[in-house]
Amino acid sequence: MNVLKKLLAVLTLLPVLAVANEGGFALDRAPERPSLTSLQNGAKLFVNYCLNCHSAANMRYNRLKDLGLTDEQIKANLLFSGDKVGDLMTTAMRPADAKAWFGAVPPDLSVIARAKASTAGSGGDYLYTYLRTFYKDDTRPTGWNNMVVPNVAMPHVMWQLQGVRTVKMVEEKDPHDHSKTTHKFAGFQQETPGTLTPTEFDTNIADLVGYLEWMAEPAQLTRKRLGVWVILFMCLFVLLTWLLSKSYWREVK
Amino acid sequence: MAAFKETKFPANAPMTDKAVGWVDDRFPLSKLWNDQWGKYYAPKNFNFWYIFGILATFILVLQIVTGIFLTMHYKPDANLAFGSVEYIMREVPWGWLVRYMHSTGASAFFIVIYLHMTRGLLYGSYRKPRELLWLFGFAIFLALMAEAFFGYLLPWGQMSYWGAQVIVNLFGAIPLIGPDLSLWIRGDYVVSDATLNRFFAFHVIAIPLVILGLVAAHLIALHEVGSNNPDGIEIKDNLGPDGHPVDGVPSHPYYTFHDLFGVSVFLLVFSAVIFFAPEMGGYFLEYNNFIPADSLKTPTHIAPTWYFTPFYSVLRATTADFMYVLMAAVAAYVVFLWLKSRLSFITKIIVAIIGIVLIIGMLPSVLDAKFWGVVLFGSSVVIIALLPWLDHSPVRSIRYRPTWHKYVLVVFGISFITLGYLGTQPPSPAGGVISQVCTLLYFGFFLLMPWWSAMGSFKPVPKRVTFHAH
Repeated sequence: MNVLKKLLAVLTLLPVLAVANEGGFALDRAPERPSLTSLQNGAKLFVNYCLNCHSAANMRYNRLKDLGLTDEQIKANLLFSGDKVGDLMTTAMRPADAKAWFGAVPPDLSVIARAKASTAGSGGDYLYTYLRTFYKDDTRPTGWNNMVVPNVAMPHVMWQLQGVRTVKMVEEKDPHDHSKTTHKFAGFQQETPGTLTPTEFDTNIADLVGYLEWMAEPAQLTRKRLGVWVILFMCLFVLLTWLLSKSYWREVK
Repeated sequence: MAAFKETKFPANAPMTDKAVGWVDDRFPLSKLWNDQWGKYYAPKNFNFWYIFGILATFILVLQIVTGIFLTMHYKPDANLAFGSVEYIMREVPWGWLVRYMHSTGASAFFIVIYLHMTRGLLYGSYRKPRELLWLFGFAIFLALMAEAFFGYLLPWGQMSYWGAQVIVNLFGAIPLIGPDLSLWIRGDYVVSDATLNRFFAFHVIAIPLVILGLVAAHLIALHEVGSNNPDGIEIKDNLGPDGHPVDGVPSHPYYTFHDLFGVSVFLLVFSAVIFFAPEMGGYFLEYNNFIPADSLKTPTHIAPTWYFTPFYSVLRATTADFMYVLMAAVAAYVVFLWLKSRLSFITKIIVAIIGIVLIIGMLPSVLDAKFWGVVLFGSSVVIIALLPWLDHSPVRSIRYRPTWHKYVLVVFGISFITLGYLGTQPPSPAGGVISQVCTLLYFGFFLLMPWWSAMGSFKPVPKRVTFHAH
């Protein structure tokens, strides 16, 4: 089925050629981080950095057992504020307060990795690029802006890890009208370093994105594992039914 | 009514024989089995195209069974619906599998039905005496589209909500009664909890009952006249000494096991999708639908699910500029009918009057393009039902028609698929022109069929079916 997905990916690339011209920041490919350790790291980052403002109201804490953790480990490291291990990952912040403080209610993240997929890239690609392209912008209320979601209401939550960056913009002649100039993005400038190197930061974000992709569909690990056996069985079954059908039809003149 | 006659069995007869005999004395069980399947003779030359009827029935059963399990946990309330689907995906044991079977099944149903209809086109399965069979099938297609439309609102995602909003608003385009009709359908001024509740009722019980009734009628009509076959000849015209068609085989065991093979191949592909690509690149489960419905945020691009997009493209192609092309097309068609058809003079006068009324109605000052878009949208679906009366070919099957008829079918197929593809994309100038061309090709295929289907040199139709021993 990877072949089918690759074929579909190639076919969906065609409209991307149109989208890339129209605008919309080009998305980076989120690195695959399939190990349980990286998923656990992603869970740690999620609980520490995201759950304060965002909820994941369809996700139960004890589902994290699928990632190889025990109830005790979850309670000790990933649960705060009197939640029980069987509770849903809700946030205490009221939507009305969030709207007043940030200008927008932070969306629920339960299925965000499925929702953000498009022809431009997978949901993981979107989130991976989004979380790594915040930059300092003093014109914004939070002091932060973002390349994937311009004028986003969310601040750069992990700025201490990545450090403070600004964008470099260059003036370019507008290709459609030579009398005008457009601002074009020309990369980031690191103003102050973070506690992680850029590579470490990217790896951690990849872990977080991998976790978000898992959390969007926790059944996927089982689904794919079972799928292999189902397909193998079905191939055998198809062979048997074909032989059976042939054995009857041999009599027909 | 004949007097009750109890079947006598010898004392040492097997229990099963006696049990079946007891039932047969009171209910025509064995007779039903034999008449409808066991000893029902079907042509022996069925090919790949003949599996889709049985697959459609299989998928119908699948959708009903998975639907029942979904209804046990789904909550048809605007505040609870989205969460209940995620609850099914995460917390109900095997809920994710049932959900994926249902969502993949919906798309699979349409793929199978479109291929089933293609078989009809290829082999003339809609022709006399199977016109009623075709009409029942068309009614099932309409009911299926309604079922899919009502079902799609239930997850209460962004695309669910806004897709329903757009399509229900289409009814608002009907002059005079439109806005009130839309209000009546929705149960509110916008798509809301009231709409969700009634669409749930339609999807879960009302339309499924209609579909089951129509499928029963479809099968009864089929068994009354017998199946067509790839050679398009009537196997009942050639009976053997035992009274059965020489070119027929009893469905049991031949098609029991042949169709079992067909169903198993389907299940292989179906499982591959469910376990490895349930979203199918955003076509079976749309990405935007993983965002809960928000009446305050309109998506940048609202499109129906892939199986509606060919007809949706026809709607979108009907712009104000296209109206002039349509007026010219109507005028040309009326002239063509006057010159080339063998209709009576009175009928031709009526046709001319209808044509003039249409052209006046298409003037921008009378009825705008939005209304005609809805008319063309509906017509593009309904015209399929008219096939038995549009096809004037002397032979049924494509096998014995002039070779160029195959190319006409291919062009039609390409237009349909192109319209479908363009419907998934945001509107664009190039896309608009292509969809207008394809709309003309689509309608031209049907409306000119009385002439092109009778043109060319036809090949001699055999007396016996083309069958090679397996």
